[in-house]
Amino acid sequence: MYVAVKGGEKAIANAHKWLAQERRGDPALKSISVNQIIQQMRLAVSRVMAEGSLYDPELAALAIKQASGDLIEAIFLIRAYRTTLNRFGKSLPIETEQMICKRRISATFKDIPGGQILGPTYDYTHRLLDFKLLAEDDEVETETETVDAPSVDMPHILELLNNEGLIQKEKTGCDNLGDITREPMELPADRALRLQVLARADEGFILGMGYSTQRGYGRNHAFVGELRNGIVVVEMEIAELGFAIEIGEIEVTECESINQFQGSKTEPAQFTRGYGLVLGQQERKCIAMSLVDRALRWRELGEEFTGAPAQDEEFVLYHCDNIQATGFVEHIKLPHYVDFQSELELLRKLRATAILNQEAAE
Amino acid sequence: MLEADNHYNFAYLDEQTKRMIRRAILKAISIPGYQVPFASREMPMPYGWGTGGVQVTAACLVPKDIVKVIDQGADDTTNAVSIRQFFEKTAEVKTTEKTQEASLIQTRHRIPETSLSEGQILVYQVPIPEPLRFIEPRESETRKMHALKEYGLMHVKLYEDIAHHGHIATSYAYPVEVEGRYVMDPSPIPKFDNPKLSNCPALQLFGAGREQRIYALPPYCKVVSLDFEDHPFSQLRADQKCVLCGADESYLDEIIIDNAGSRAFICSDTDFCSSRQANGFAGAGLGEAVL
Repeated sequence: MYVAVKGGEKAIANAHKWLAQERRGDPALKSISVNQIIQQMRLAVSRVMAEGSLYDPELAALAIKQASGDLIEAIFLIRAYRTTLNRFGKSLPIETEQMICKRRISATFKDIPGGQILGPTYDYTHRLLDFKLLAEDDEVETETETVDAPSVDMPHILELLNNEGLIQKEKTGCDNLGDITREPMELPADRALRLQVLARADEGFILGMGYSTQRGYGRNHAFVGELRNGIVVVEMEIAELGFAIEIGEIEVTECESINQFQGSKTEPAQFTRGYGLVLGQQERKCIAMSLVDRALRWRELGEEFTGAPAQDEEFVLYHCDNIQATGFVEHIKLPHYVDFQSELELLRKLRATAILNQEAAE
Repeated sequence: MLEADNHYNFAYLDEQTKRMIRRAILKAISIPGYQVPFASREMPMPYGWGTGGVQVTAACLVPKDIVKVIDQGADDTTNAVSIRQFFEKTAEVKTTEKTQEASLIQTRHRIPETSLSEGQILVYQVPIPEPLRFIEPRESETRKMHALKEYGLMHVKLYEDIAHHGHIATSYAYPVEVEGRYVMDPSPIPKFDNPKLSNCPALQLFGAGREQRIYALPPYCKVVSLDFEDHPFSQLRADQKCVLCGADESYLDEIIIDNAGSRAFICSDTDFCSSRQANGFAGAGLGEAVL
């Protein structure tokens, strides 16, 4: 029997109650703590901070808990919170060269000044389920054999190529930086804006886009020149003081890719660059971001637009935000009785005309 | 009425953001039908669920406002309830279901049946503000087309509809021309509602959150639905009467009332329908299904 769909007030209240129960799960089990999430789900926390574009592990962990582990829902909670915060000003550019690296590798040179640091990575683990983790007590060796915390200089590898003029120089300076969280995006967007959008774009979308460049849709032959992850300090100039002070530390992942040559009759050939920078430890997203950044630079580097999705600024920038995408995709489950009704009436009218015409023809 | 949440500013948005939105609204009112970019904020409800409308409403609200929220014409659909509760919680404004009582009405997909009056604001939630989007997917192109008033493609599309189907095959979000200048998407209202857009005493504001656009129709502004001399615009509604209030001029929702697929029709505008019933009008009753 038909039950009317209208009458939402009570239904919503009850749905929220039920949701709260489902989120909590079996009350006989201890509730998971936000600290446990920060400590033991740190890559999930990284992703929520990066795509939520708010560096706060505690709030990210809270959002993950509140969202029952649905990361896009958690990212949404963080975005909705961050938008209510005041913007005090902007920091100085972070100096990733000064990063205290947990991990730093180059795929282009075997030995690099400062050394390769493997750091905590899943890269060389065998993906075999570790059934020991099923046990309640999850103890690990606390002693790790590491070289002394690297205090040596770790220059950017790509700068070494720069000395020889082998790689394209990047513009420096950042006057009149836009802010995608405060101004509407207008196209064409400059590179700084594109990178802002990519840095908080959906990991899956950017991964797919980056992957497509490797499979020939806007191919740009990338090498990972350097991938580093660690802690950088954030400094801000305080107008009243007249100098910059350190306001905190953040963990970031940075990827610089080295890509195919550019050159012409007058300009000698050079490598080109792609860049990725993401909050937290997020190598997959960061590498993919550098591929997409490079693909989007076709105009600036005098390449041809081949119609590849990853080269198409409007396509990438308008579709990479998972909060926008998930909202719009999921909104079609909202009532559409009215539009559907008008389609029904139109279809009946069109069919009636066609059937009349058919009968007249017979 | 829900308990107020004092952790947030009046009507949720901070004053800076409201000022930015009000500027966009003023510009939109000054150039009727023109889509003004604005720095849409993430709201605590998903994009596509009315964030544009909610931001416009939040920027317009003052404490003495009386707010009505409808979705599909109804005050009691889930999303309308959710948005109404949001403003009860964050702005502590009075709410109503009566169209005449409301100083601000936020709507999704309908214009109320009851005529609006001067001083009222009607805020539309807009999913895709660009009427040319499905003809030309690129924003950089469509902005140029608007700037040059280059609307030929739109007329070609409507003509092709007539060539294929004998009618213009757009039944909702039917494009309009505003004050002889901009072609505008009236949001996915059924084209039945289009005539109410024109010469309306109320201020009409359109907010598209995800797409970061605001546009407006100032009171008494002239709005014409696109058509051809030999294929004039026509309204479309089910040729039925409401089974609850007997109205034969309102827009109707079709409902399926049993497992055999029997159908009945009821007003989509719940306030209109219940006011009529309160005034003694009655329909044939839900039992009177159309088979």
